[in-house]
Amino acid sequence: MNNPAKPMESTQQDQDFTGADAVIACLKHQGVDVVFGMVGGAIMPVYDALYRDGSIRHLIVGHEQGAAHMASGYARTSGRPGVVMTTSGPGATNLVTGLADAMMDSTAMVAITGQVVSGLLGNDAFQEADMRGITMPITKHNYQLSSTEELPEVLAEAFFVALSGRPGPVLIDLPRDLGLAPAPPSQAVPLPPSGYKPPYRGNPLQIEKALELLGKAKRPVILAGGGVITAGASDELMGLVRACGAPVTSTLMGLGNFPHDHELSLGMPGMHGTGYANLALYHADVILVVGSRLDDRITGKLDQFAPEAQLIHVDVDDSEIGKNLECAVPVVGDAKPVLKALAQGAVAWDIKPNLSAWYKQIQGWKKKFPMVYPEHPGVLAPQRVIQTMGEMLNEDTVIVTGVGQHQMFTAQYYPFRRPGCFLTSGGLGTMGYGLPAAMGAKLGRPEAEVVLIDGDGSFLMNIQELATAVRYKVPLVAVVLNNNYLGMVRQWQDRFFERRKAETDLKPPPFHEVAKAFGGMGRRVTDPGELETALDWGRRQAAEHSLPVVLEVAVEPAADVLPMVPPGGANADFIPCEGKEE
Amino acid sequence: MSDQLSPISVLVRNEPGVLSRVSGLFARRGFNILSLAVGETDDPRVSRINVVVAGEPPIIEQVVKQLKRLVSVIKVSDLSDTPRVERGLLLIKVKADPAERGKLLQLADIFRARVDHVDNDCLVFEVSGNRNKVEAFIDVMRPHGILEMARTGQIALSRQMGPMSDYWASQMPEEPAEESEDGTYNISRAPDPNW
Repeated sequence: MNNPAKPMESTQQDQDFTGADAVIACLKHQGVDVVFGMVGGAIMPVYDALYRDGSIRHLIVGHEQGAAHMASGYARTSGRPGVVMTTSGPGATNLVTGLADAMMDSTAMVAITGQVVSGLLGNDAFQEADMRGITMPITKHNYQLSSTEELPEVLAEAFFVALSGRPGPVLIDLPRDLGLAPAPPSQAVPLPPSGYKPPYRGNPLQIEKALELLGKAKRPVILAGGGVITAGASDELMGLVRACGAPVTSTLMGLGNFPHDHELSLGMPGMHGTGYANLALYHADVILVVGSRLDDRITGKLDQFAPEAQLIHVDVDDSEIGKNLECAVPVVGDAKPVLKALAQGAVAWDIKPNLSAWYKQIQGWKKKFPMVYPEHPGVLAPQRVIQTMGEMLNEDTVIVTGVGQHQMFTAQYYPFRRPGCFLTSGGLGTMGYGLPAAMGAKLGRPEAEVVLIDGDGSFLMNIQELATAVRYKVPLVAVVLNNNYLGMVRQWQDRFFERRKAETDLKPPPFHEVAKAFGGMGRRVTDPGELETALDWGRRQAAEHSLPVVLEVAVEPAADVLPMVPPGGANADFIPCEGKEE
Repeated sequence: MSDQLSPISVLVRNEPGVLSRVSGLFARRGFNILSLAVGETDDPRVSRINVVVAGEPPIIEQVVKQLKRLVSVIKVSDLSDTPRVERGLLLIKVKADPAERGKLLQLADIFRARVDHVDNDCLVFEVSGNRNKVEAFIDVMRPHGILEMARTGQIALSRQMGPMSDYWASQMPEEPAEESEDGTYNISRAPDPNW
C-alpha cells in the first residue's frame, strides 16, 4: 500500500514496540477476544507478543484446518470475524480448505499467517509457500506486508473488508522479520483509500418496481437465503410475509431465517428440498430471491427451475444477480433495509393480493408429497433421530452439522425457528466442518447450548479436535449418526451406479471410545428406545463437566435422503419420499 | 446475441500482485482476454488496466461485476458505448530486399507507420492505432513475409471530460458503517437476541 499511516511520536516506552506487538494491539483494538491457531517458526514473534500481552485467549488446535472452521463457527454465532493464526508453509496451506469454505458461505474471517523473512521471499526457503498467490481466489482479499508502517492500516482494512458488505475471509501474510522490527505505536487509523464500498440501501426506484411486481403476483414465492441471516433481517422478512402473503422457502444456508412451523413456510428448496417448495417455485409467477446465490443445488436444471417466473433478486453482492438466472428486477443492497422497505411498501397496498387459490394449490402439494420416511422395527431411522432431537432441544440451541446424509436429514427434519442457530458447510460441502465449527460456535455464543449432528465419515475427518475441546473444556454434545458408510455417496451408487459400492464401506472406529481416549465422554446408542435417555445424559454431562460428549447412534444404513432431484435433472421431477404418513 | 469486443478500463490500487488478481479472475471464470495493458496513472497510487474482452453482453456484465468485487479495484468502466480514444502499438519486422523496399514504404506511408530500422534484408515498422488499423497493417505486411512482430495491448480513454484525476471519489462506505470517535468503522453482524 502506498499510503501508510503516519507513525506517531514515539515515547520511551514504545522503543521496543515491534511489528508483532502492533499485530496484537490491532487485534485488541478490533475487539478480538479469542484466536484459533498453531504456533511455528515464522509466526513465533507474534505468539511471543500474544504471550507477553496475555489478554487474548488462544486455542491451540490439532490441525490448522480445524482452526479455520472454529473461526467460522465463532463468526457465525458471534457476528464478529473469526481470527486464525498459523505459521508459514504447511501451517498456512492447511488453512486453504477452511478459507475456501468461508469464501463460499460468506463467513467473516481474518487469517494471519507467518511468512519466511522478507529477504528470503521467492527463494523457496524452508516452509515458504506463496500464500498470497494460493489464497487469491479463495479469499475476499489478501495482503502481504512489506513494512511495519503499513501494518495498522492493513489490519484495520482487513477487519472492515471481512465483515462488511458480503462477508468473507481475509488473509494477512506477515514475514517473520516484520514481527521483530520496530513498529509505530499502533493506534486507531482511518481506512486507506480504496474503491471498496459495499452497498447498503437498495435503490428506491428498484424497490418500487419490485413492489409493483409483487403486488400483481398471483403465485408469489420468497426464496430466502443465508444473506437474510447475515444481515439480521428475519424480522423484516416476517414483516414482508405478513404484508404480502407470499410463502417462503429457506435455503440450506438460510434455514432459521423464517420459522419452520409457520403456515407459509415451504421448507428447503432444491436437490433435497421438499416437493412442495420445488413445485411452488416451478409454478410461481414471481419469485423474490433474497440473499441467495441461486446455486446449482437450489435451481437444478436452470431452464426448468421456474420457467414461468419473473425474478426479483435482492443481494448485497451485485455479481450474484443475473449470474445464473435472468432477473427482472435487480435490487443491490443489504437484505435488512431492502426487506424493511418492501414490507413498508406492501403494508401500504390499497388492495391486498388474494392468494387463496395459490395457497390451495400449495396445500394440495403438501398433502400429495409429505415429508415421510420408512421405519423398521429395532433400528433407528436417521430422520427419527433428528425429529426426536428437534422435540427435545431448545429453540435457541445451536445446531452444527458436517457434510453428507446427516446434514440433509437435519436440514429436512430439524424444526429451525430462529436465525443463527444452524451452522453448516453449504457451498463447499466440507466434510469435517462440524466438530471444529461447533467448538467455535460455543466460544462465539457461550450462553447457548451447542449440539453437533455429524456422520461417521465426516466426524472422522477432523476428529483430532476432540483433543482441543477437552483441553479447553468446550462443552458440546456430538451426535454421530453411524451408518457405517459414506452414506451420501452410497446413496448415489445405489441409484446411479448400479449398486457398486466403490470405497464407501467405512467401518469407522467406535467413536464413543475414541472420545473417552481423548479425555471426553461417550456412549453408544443402538436401541431406539434409548435415544432420549442418552441425549438427556449427554446434555447433562457436557454441561456438568464442560467436556465434549460423543453419542454414537447406530442408524439404518440403507436410509436414503429423499426427496431427491437426480443430478442434472429438473427440480419438478424429484424422486418423492418413500414411506407412509403416520 | 453474439460475441462483442468490449474495451474495459479498470482503475486499481497500484500495489504488488494487483495484475495477478485481475488476470487470475479472468482465468478462473473463463473470461476471454484479447488484449491487456497496464500502466501507472498520474497518481502513483493508482494504475490503469485496459482489457479488451470478447463475450456476449451478459458475460461482459459479469466481467464488470466480478472486477468490481475485487477490493484492489477502484473503478471499472465498460467503454463499449462511450466515445473514446483507443490505441495500441505494433512493432513489425518485414522481409525487404532492396527491390521490395519501395512498395513497403508506400504501404507504410498509407498507415502512417514509422520506419524504425532498415537494412539490406528487412525493415522494422512502428504503427499505432486502434485494433482495426493495427490488424489491417499486419494483413498487408503478411504477403511480404513477417519475420517477427510484437504488439502491446490496447489502451483507451473516454473522450468525455471527467473530474480531474479524482480516482478516489466515493472512497468511503456510506452505510452501514458508523464512524466512531476514533475514526474507525464499527459494524456489527451479531444476530438480534430479541428476535
